[in-house]
This record gives sequence, structure tokens and C-alpha cells, in this order.
Amino acid sequence: MSKEKSDIQIDSEIVNGIREGDNLAIQQLYQMHFPPIAHMIINNRGSREEAKDIFQETVMVLYNKIVDHDFVLSSKLQTFLYAVAKRLWLKHLTRGEAKYRTDSIDDYGESLTAEEAIDDHEIKEANLVQMEDALNGLGEPCKTILYDFYIQGQSMAAICEKFGYTNADNAKTQKYKCLQRLKKIFFKK
Amino acid sequence: MKGLNQQEFITWADKYLRGELSREDQLLFETYCAENPGKAELFAQHKAFLTTMVKAESRSSFKRKLQRVAQDYHEAHASKPAAKVINIWDRLKLNAAVAAAIAIVSVFSTLWLTGYYKNLKKTTSDYSALRRDMNTVKRNVNAQNAAIRNIHNSKDDVKETMHYGATGFMITKNGYVVTNYHVITGADSVHLQNHKGESFKADIVFTNPEKDLAILHINDSTFKLTRSIPYTFKRQDADIGEDVYTIGFPRDEAVYGQGYLSSSTGYAGDTLAYQISIPVNPGNSGGPLLDKEGNVIGIISGKQKGIDGAAFAIKTKALMETLNSIPADSLKGKNVVLNNKNLLYNLSRTDQIKKLQDYVYIVKVY
Repeated sequence: MSKEKSDIQIDSEIVNGIREGDNLAIQQLYQMHFPPIAHMIINNRGSREEAKDIFQETVMVLYNKIVDHDFVLSSKLQTFLYAVAKRLWLKHLTRGEAKYRTDSIDDYGESLTAEEAIDDHEIKEANLVQMEDALNGLGEPCKTILYDFYIQGQSMAAICEKFGYTNADNAKTQKYKCLQRLKKIFFKK
Repeated sequence: MKGLNQQEFITWADKYLRGELSREDQLLFETYCAENPGKAELFAQHKAFLTTMVKAESRSSFKRKLQRVAQDYHEAHASKPAAKVINIWDRLKLNAAVAAAIAIVSVFSTLWLTGYYKNLKKTTSDYSALRRDMNTVKRNVNAQNAAIRNIHNSKDDVKETMHYGATGFMITKNGYVVTNYHVITGADSVHLQNHKGESFKADIVFTNPEKDLAILHINDSTFKLTRSIPYTFKRQDADIGEDVYTIGFPRDEAVYGQGYLSSSTGYAGDTLAYQISIPVNPGNSGGPLLDKEGNVIGIISGKQKGIDGAAFAIKTKALMETLNSIPADSLKGKNVVLNNKNLLYNLSRTDQIKKLQDYVYIVKVY
């Protein structure tokens, strides 16, 4: 009983850690949950490299779920991750990227939740990937200005100093132009 | 406030979103938005856009972290596959050992049952004997006769005494005898014994290792000069197919052997020898090879292993060359004068042998 409790505790610690982007939590997640998933994938005609990719995608699904909603673990983290990884691997196989289709992975009750999570993830993922691409396509110094202002939350004065603008108005104008460009790139796609 | 352009509005909205406005200004912004639906929409869009941006950024930073962790993890676990292999080996070690043992036992028992080892022993012993023979040849016998099996009779198993036996025959009536070099090599003393059982001590006068010939001289007070030798030496090459015979001592009694001349060259194309087809055995070495008229045409020297009926005889020509090359000092005034009167001509084979056998000796080497 006490072990069960400690498992749940560890799970929620990891979830919180991921929400805050804690490195230790990610490490723990990897050490605890990668081996069984890798085992499952390697046993089902996968390579270690493929296992790595699938696990990464699985973690991203988890991450999106954690960040977006008030995520509540309805089951053990292991079960959730396993189900998601399984769905992803099946998808990967049926997509024809791997040579053979396999039916050897059985369905579990958790698969429905996993399916939803993945679908949800894919829609958001598309949006976010588009944004990432837009940001990457923006180029310097726009990218850094926007990053500093909107994400780091730095003041206009600090940015002004960092980039050597003569007054805050100039910096503001520059920032506005950058933002407009980013929007243009983002919405065009 | 009505004439606010888009840039100014966005700046204002940013300030609102960042909470940099005072409570009063916040209310002002909210009412402004309520009054201007167009601007309100712009604000909503801007806000959503910024949210997406923040999310994308935090997501990509998370992804980077994850990748770093993954990299660290995989570097730390790089040796894992090896461990796996070792595990499998540990698990299957016993099975593998048992399987290997069964395989080995079955292979060797099958080989033994099918008589493979008997054959193997035979072949290897033949082979090693040939090799030993070759070594002996290298050490003792001339290069032309390399790999020819020496025909000298090992009468005594005690190796230390070097007790060998072979054949030799007289070439002049004053006591010169010829035999093979390989017969007398390493000899302490040489004795000649005729078919009557009389034994004489002999000196080695001259040896020619290249031609495998040795000239001995009987040096014994009991030896009486004989009458002239009944056979002559034929200096020309004999023809293939000629009827030939020999007398030798493969055992203590003289043994007659008959055959034909089968090739005009000897072992490995040796032009100073014939190939003959006569059954010869260890002990025949040094025996005379005669044609049907009683001319000596060669000296039996050896045979090739593994080939039926391939015996070799050194040509008389080689004997002549050897005799001519003996230094005068070695002869001590007793010249080598060859007989040129053939007493065997037109005699029957049995009569030829009766006359001949007085001049053929067992060479005993100690």
C-alpha cells in the first residue's frame, strides 16, 4: 500500500516538474519510463533509434496535456505513457514508414484516452510547429527582441540598451515592425 | 483617444497584458475596448497570438531539455546491448557446452567407426617416411638423387653402430669395387663379403656425392688377385625396352632380379640415370645392371616411393667420368684398367650368373 502511494507521489512530482520545465524531473521521467517503452518497441520490430523518437513524441504529448489543462492523472503515469507510445508506434507502423504492420500489440482500456490525447496533441502540435517555424524564419534581431519582450518579459528600456537604440520610441517601433512581420509569416502559412 | 493607430494600440495592449498599467488605466483600456469592437477584436487576436508564441517557445525549450536528457541517458546506457549479449551467453552457456561436447563425441566416434583413423595412420606414416627419406637425401646423398629412396639394407636396428648393408661389384681385377655413395656415407669401416662367405676389408678410395658413386679398394692380405673380370662396361646409352637384370644382396644370399629398361632418364629427368623396371629392395643399392650380352650398363641406386616399378640405375657413363676424375695420388700406383673382353657373351643367363656372382659383394658398413 505504501509503495502504491509512493508511486503516485513520484508521478505527481514528475508532472509538476515537467510543468515547470525542471531538468531533474525530465531525467527521472526518462530513467523510469524509457526502458519499458523501448522494450515494447524493440520487441515489435522497432530499433533503438525509433524507440528514442517515439518516446520523445510521447513525452511531448504528455507535456502538452500538462501545460494546457489542469491535468489530472486518471491512472499511473506509466500506464498513460505506455498507451500513448503504443498508439504512436502503431501509427508509425501503419504509416508505412516501417516495413511491416504488426498486430501483436494488444489493446488496453487506456488506449481510448491515449487516442484522444494524441489527436488533441496533433492539432496543437501543428499550430505550435507553425509558430516555431515562423519564429525561426524571422531572423535576428527581431527574434531576440520579441523573445526578450514577450517571453522573458523584459522592459522596453532594457531591450533599448541591449540593442543600442538611441531612444525607447525607436525600439518600440522596431518591436512593432517585428511583431507585424511575425504575424504575417505565421498567418500566411 | 479615438485617433489611436494600430501601433499605439498594440503598445498599450502589451502594457495592459504585462500589468504595467495602473488600476485606473486598466479600466480605461477595458472601456476603450468595449467602445471599439474593431480594436477589441484586434486585442483578442493579439492576445491569442502571444499565447501561442509563449507556448511554442516554452515547448521548444522543453523539447531541447528533453533531447539533452535523452542524449545523456543514451550515452550513459550505451553499453547496454553488450550486457544483453552477455546475459544471453550466460543463459545458454550450459546448453552450448553440452551441444559442443555431443558434437565432438559424435564426430570422432563416427570417424573412428568408419575406419578413418586407420587410413589416416597409413597415409601419414607413408608421408612421414618419404619426408624422412628426403631429409636423409639432403644430408647424405647428392642433389640429383634427391627424394629417391635409398636402397640400403638396415641389417641392425642399433642405429649407433651405423650397420648397413648393400651391394658392390668389382670393376678391375686388381681389387677396385664400386658401390653407391649413400651406402658408405658416414662409415667407420667397410667390409666386402663374397657369396662364399669370405670377407675382406676395403678402403674408400674416392667418392662422388653428386653422382652417388663410391670407389672402394680391397685392402686385405687374404684377398687374391682374381682372374680377369668376365663383364665389360658399355659406354653408350642403352635403349629403352632392353632386357636387363641385376644381382644384389637384399638379404644375405644373392638375389637375381630381371626386368627391362623403361626410360632413358632417372628421377626428375636425371640424364645420368635410367629408369628400370626391376623389383628392387633395400640392399640392392650398388648392384650391377647388365644387359643380355653381359655388359654392365648401370649401377642400381634407388627407387621412387609410391610409384610401382620405378627403380633407378646410374649410367655407366657416370661411372667412367668418376673413374677419370680420381686423382692419381688416391690410386697409389694401382691403375684402374677396365676389362674390355666380354666373357659372358653368348652364354645362357644361368651361366652368366655363375661366372658373375664371384665378383659381386655384400658391402657391410660399420
